[in-house]
Amino acid sequence: MVEYRKIEILVGAFVFAGLLALTILAMKVSNLTDFGGGDGYEVKAKFDNIGGLKVRAPVKMAGVQIGRVAEIGFDNKTFQAVAVMKIDRKFNAIPKDTAAKIYTAGLLGEQYIALEPGGDEESLKDGDSIVLTSNAVVLEQVISQFLYSKAAGDDKSGS
Amino acid sequence: MTPSNNPVLENALVKVRGLTFRRGERTIFDDVSLEIPRGRITAVMGPSGCGKTTLLRLIGGQLRPDSGFLVVDGEEVTAMSRAELMQLRKRMGMLFQSGALLTDLNVFENVAFPLREHTALPESMIRDLVLMKLEAVGLRGARNLMPSELSGGMARRVALARAIALDPMMMMYDEPFTGQDPISMGVLVRLIKLMNDTLGLSSIVVSHDIHETLAIADYVYILSAGKVVGRGSPTDLSQTDNPWVRQFVQALPDGPVHFHYPGAAFAEDLRL
Amino acid sequence: MLELLQGLGHWTLSGLRRLGRANIFMLYVLGGIPLCVRRFRLVITQLFAVGVLSILIIFVSGLFVGMVLGLQGYNTLVDFGAEESLGVLVALSLVRELGPVVSALLFAGRAGSALTAEIGLMKATEQLSAMEMMAVDPLHRVIAPRLLAGIIAMPLLAAIFSAVGVFGGYLVGVGMLGVDDGAFWSQMQSSVEFREDILNGVIKSLVFGVTVTWIAVFEGYDTLPTSEGIGRATTRTVVNSSLAVLAFDFILTALMFNK
Ligand SMILES: Nc1ncnc2c1ncn2[C@@H]1O[C@H](COP(=O)(O)OP(=O)(O)OP(=O)(O)O)[C@@H](O)[C@H]1O
Ligand SMILES: [Mg+2]
Repeated sequence: MVEYRKIEILVGAFVFAGLLALTILAMKVSNLTDFGGGDGYEVKAKFDNIGGLKVRAPVKMAGVQIGRVAEIGFDNKTFQAVAVMKIDRKFNAIPKDTAAKIYTAGLLGEQYIALEPGGDEESLKDGDSIVLTSNAVVLEQVISQFLYSKAAGDDKSGS
Repeated sequence: MTPSNNPVLENALVKVRGLTFRRGERTIFDDVSLEIPRGRITAVMGPSGCGKTTLLRLIGGQLRPDSGFLVVDGEEVTAMSRAELMQLRKRMGMLFQSGALLTDLNVFENVAFPLREHTALPESMIRDLVLMKLEAVGLRGARNLMPSELSGGMARRVALARAIALDPMMMMYDEPFTGQDPISMGVLVRLIKLMNDTLGLSSIVVSHDIHETLAIADYVYILSAGKVVGRGSPTDLSQTDNPWVRQFVQALPDGPVHFHYPGAAFAEDLRL
Repeated sequence: MLELLQGLGHWTLSGLRRLGRANIFMLYVLGGIPLCVRRFRLVITQLFAVGVLSILIIFVSGLFVGMVLGLQGYNTLVDFGAEESLGVLVALSLVRELGPVVSALLFAGRAGSALTAEIGLMKATEQLSAMEMMAVDPLHRVIAPRLLAGIIAMPLLAAIFSAVGVFGGYLVGVGMLGVDDGAFWSQMQSSVEFREDILNGVIKSLVFGVTVTWIAVFEGYDTLPTSEGIGRATTRTVVNSSLAVLAFDFILTALMFNK
């Protein structure tokens, strides 16, 4: 019972510090503020090869994140991968003929979808599809292409 | 040796019948029967380790006997649920041999503890009651001390104030006099007697202090080796020729009660 | 041989009996929750003992763990040119694993052992017995508020640990080693998921809080009422609750982050 008031104040400060820490974790460390929940519209894109693209990978435009990959599926008829992107509602004027490419951040970094705007007057709406796509760069393919062309080049110079 | 057809004992507050209690191999009580009359001071005496504290715990329902039964105020303790036991204990006060004060509360809060737990009295009334009880044991001035700052005898007196805080119908004192100087001993003896007479309490006093105890007790039980070896009023006991009782009352070093805890003979233990 | 089997049997049976006792004990203690709600003061006093008094050690350890993560993470990532991901590494390690686990281990050592010793001593000095004789159930009055305070304090302490740790990683990574400030936070934010990572971390620390406090109060209540018994019970609290935390961590991680 020694100075119950003091104890109460300190406990109050402790609980406040704990809740503050949780808030920081939610707001500053994680992405609770952006692209959480259903606030946005969905756009589909089909790729021949998505490489290592994962659900929740960022969707960027001019380097700015505008959404996330919400779902990755497979089209049984065309044998293509279907990536569903959830784009934040703020970015609602993206032209219909925008192209989607899969890039890698850095040599070994995570993969993301980059959108390159076209010139169409109409903009993408919920449920639309992006037609122009280019595939993920798969490292093995790049290397084998490089080796192949090098070998071919050597052949020519040799003959 | 008065048998229990004594009229006072007929309407006893506590009745113990055929009580047997064991701790592992050791039999602490072997078919013990006794009564604690209402409104009187009953003393329980006996050599150290004979089970006096154990008897109080059995009456309070903290321990369960192996056989036999205990009735307190017409209700059988052995058959009570936890909730019923709690109700019964609100009407019992117990002074622990060690005091058992709550070490994280000061003297005032220790005495206020039962009041705060069981009543919804306003703070001012709790204060008055606590100071009254502390005054009775002469420690009103010590109310802000922590238990660690008290001497053994003071702690016992605070525990006594706490035990009487709820004005129980029955008090059990486990060694109330040990560690008291002659003055506070005298005060305590008179306090126990006074509370018993004015509040209509029934008291059980466990004590080794023969003179003080015999001075206030109305009835005395002497326990030894798991049995009741003597019973009667103090005058009966001082005139008896029962060797058990005589040894105890006259504090003789040897007799039927042995000073030693049972074991092999000393010579044998020393491998002589 | 037979003796060995008998020893094993004895060990198993006594372990199971203890577990059973601990469960019955918990059931009785849960009966005290209404009392704690009615008299929240009791819980607040305990929150002071288990929470406020643990803040310093949690704060300092969190800072150092975060700084070490920053240093080690940087040295590893810089080889791959991926030092921009330092924020992700620090934050995910802390929020998912180190925050809940290390703070639970510290909590077991700091608050758990103190709880066991306190309750054990209350038992040894007959304080619990005296309460029972005053018709106050010590399981409700003494144990339940402590259990509740432990369960409330643990997630808060773990959150403080993680937040301070991220700050420590930031100090080292951005302040000392020159990782880009913007990349540190933005990469972190785009990779740390609120529901998947933060919330799961909080759930982990809740489970650890229940585990550690439960073990601590049970060991205290079940102790032999001697100084040696209390010493042994305190050691058992720290050892058993640390092991339990690590075991539960494995199980929870497998359930939560198994994609
Ligand atoms: N928790 C326990 N476990 C095992 N045996 C016990 C326990 N408590 C007491 N005993 C045994 O029970 C016997 C009676 O103990 P109790 O405390 O009732 O004695 P007592 O008559 O109150 O003695 P004293 O006058 O010294 O206080 C003792 O011989 C002791 O060995
Ligand atoms: Mg005793």
